[in-house]
Amino acid sequence: MRGLGRYLRRNPSLLVGIGLLTALALFIGVGHFLVDTEDARALSVRPLRPPSWTYPFGTDRQGRDLLAVMVAGTPLTLRIGFIAGFLGVGIGTVLAFVAAYYGGLLDTVIRGIADIGLTVPGLLVLIIIAVSIKGSLTVNQMALIVASLAWLNPTRTIRSQVLTLRERGYVEIARMSGMSGPAIIFFEMMPNLLPYLAATLVNAVSSAILASIGLEVLGLGPIDAPTLGMTLYWVNFNAAMINGWWWWWTAPTVVILMVFLGLFFLTVGLDEIANPRLRGSA
Amino acid sequence: MTALHIFRRFGVFLLIVWLAASLNFFLPRLSGQDPVRTKLLAQASLGGYVQGGIEDMVKIYEQRFGLDRPLWRQYVSYLNDTAHLDFNYSIANYPRTVNELIGEAIPWTLALLGTTTLVSFTIGTLLGALLAWPGAPRWMAWFMPPLWALHAIPFFLLGLILMYLLAFQVPLLPIFGGYSPGATPSLSWGFIGDVLSHAILPALSIILVSTGGWALGMRGMMVTTMGEDYVTFAEAKGLARSTVFLSYCLRNAILPQVTALALALGQILSGAVLVEVIFGYPGIGALLFQAIRENDHFLIQGIVFTVIVALGFATFVLDVIYPWLDPRISYRRS
Repeated sequence: MRGLGRYLRRNPSLLVGIGLLTALALFIGVGHFLVDTEDARALSVRPLRPPSWTYPFGTDRQGRDLLAVMVAGTPLTLRIGFIAGFLGVGIGTVLAFVAAYYGGLLDTVIRGIADIGLTVPGLLVLIIIAVSIKGSLTVNQMALIVASLAWLNPTRTIRSQVLTLRERGYVEIARMSGMSGPAIIFFEMMPNLLPYLAATLVNAVSSAILASIGLEVLGLGPIDAPTLGMTLYWVNFNAAMINGWWWWWTAPTVVILMVFLGLFFLTVGLDEIANPRLRGSA
Repeated sequence: MTALHIFRRFGVFLLIVWLAASLNFFLPRLSGQDPVRTKLLAQASLGGYVQGGIEDMVKIYEQRFGLDRPLWRQYVSYLNDTAHLDFNYSIANYPRTVNELIGEAIPWTLALLGTTTLVSFTIGTLLGALLAWPGAPRWMAWFMPPLWALHAIPFFLLGLILMYLLAFQVPLLPIFGGYSPGATPSLSWGFIGDVLSHAILPALSIILVSTGGWALGMRGMMVTTMGEDYVTFAEAKGLARSTVFLSYCLRNAILPQVTALALALGQILSGAVLVEVIFGYPGIGALLFQAIRENDHFLIQGIVFTVIVALGFATFVLDVIYPWLDPRISYRRS
């Protein structure tokens, strides 16, 4: 435990990242006990109240208690990010290992798709997918849509890592001693990639959340779910900024800032673990 | 030698164009939407009476739009239209064509994105280089933490905050739109000033966020480059510090930045779309938002296709001029 504390002092980014995300988790956890999340639905409280003792974050024009919206909506947004991020990194890892370990035509095809896919503006492709789906979306469908492009970046970055690992001495020895391909991948390479995979995962979750908020702000999200992006959609829809209802956009903005800054500093911290050579340069 | 490379890269560009067009064609059909029937039923329900013979009307309209032909023939004629850049009429703004609407919006986006990308790339790269340079003033190190933090924020979120601070609380700058309502677009100084003052906030929210990204990338590359033997040799020869900095370190460290630029264009554009929506800036993003709100499928498809193709072309150009920036790369087969 003391070792961990000392390590965190050497790696302040990790500390800041974990700190921000823990604060967010506490807010959600405690909030679920203290706040009635039913008030996150429209028409449950008096509309357009500025922050007060009864409604610490104020209420919006459609009669939602913004504190309840944050408590109920933040986990939904995080869920989209986690589902899409895990799927993206999962698929990406498999493809990356197949491409980098076996090489040849498969590698050319997989790398080609990932390279082309990355130059295309992802949000626009996601818009076409979201528009094509009939009816309104659920939170889980939203996650799947975002996941459809979330594997591109992990595939590319993990592939290049595997390529360098493949030439290492211990992998060659394993190969010479007759270990099978999958066994080498799982027992020799995977353990060495874990910190790197963790950093990639945090990154993927962060971009998935960004993509989902982007779609939601454009009005392509789950219309009746109180996610962070949908809250910003209603802010924009009702021109809350020009009308001076500052509390309406302040709450989601602060929460989104915490999410992104927390995830960003977590990645930087994990990068430091995965790549100790960065030590001292940051 | 480069002819073959350019040819191959152009092939990739054509592949992107084809994929974008196919995406536009197949995705809506996969979902089993029936635009004609939906539209007619919506119109019938608006009219408030039960419309007999809707099925007959559907049949006639499908014939007129060519929707009764086999899928592959529809696909071929769609590709043909797309190749002629014919995206049909806008459903919500009939009789205006999708091309007209996109043509009006593109200059706004091009100006905003072009300027902000150029400014943030230049400032960020220089700043990053200086941050890694031991001879730089000490106070420069203070830039790092805010740059890092800003870099993690989405463009439009910073846009919201800036809008509140600089347009609402302290009304220095206009809060919304591309020019003042009622102003007639002309080439007068007054109008140009009006347009510029409206562009400052959207531009600032993109520049402040992306400068940090470029600075971070450049700083990392500079650290690596400064460790190279040729830099030590240049210093040992007694070259001026500025020469070592500019022609030895910066010149070499900038190359991966250009590659990163080619890869980042798509992301920058995705972010700028939302900035335009937040600020009501009359570019492609705001047009797309309007199209989504009005369910204008042709317009959405036209915009997505145009943007993907434009970005594909930009990446192609960057890739072709890359050997000119880095003479070590000749794309020659060894």
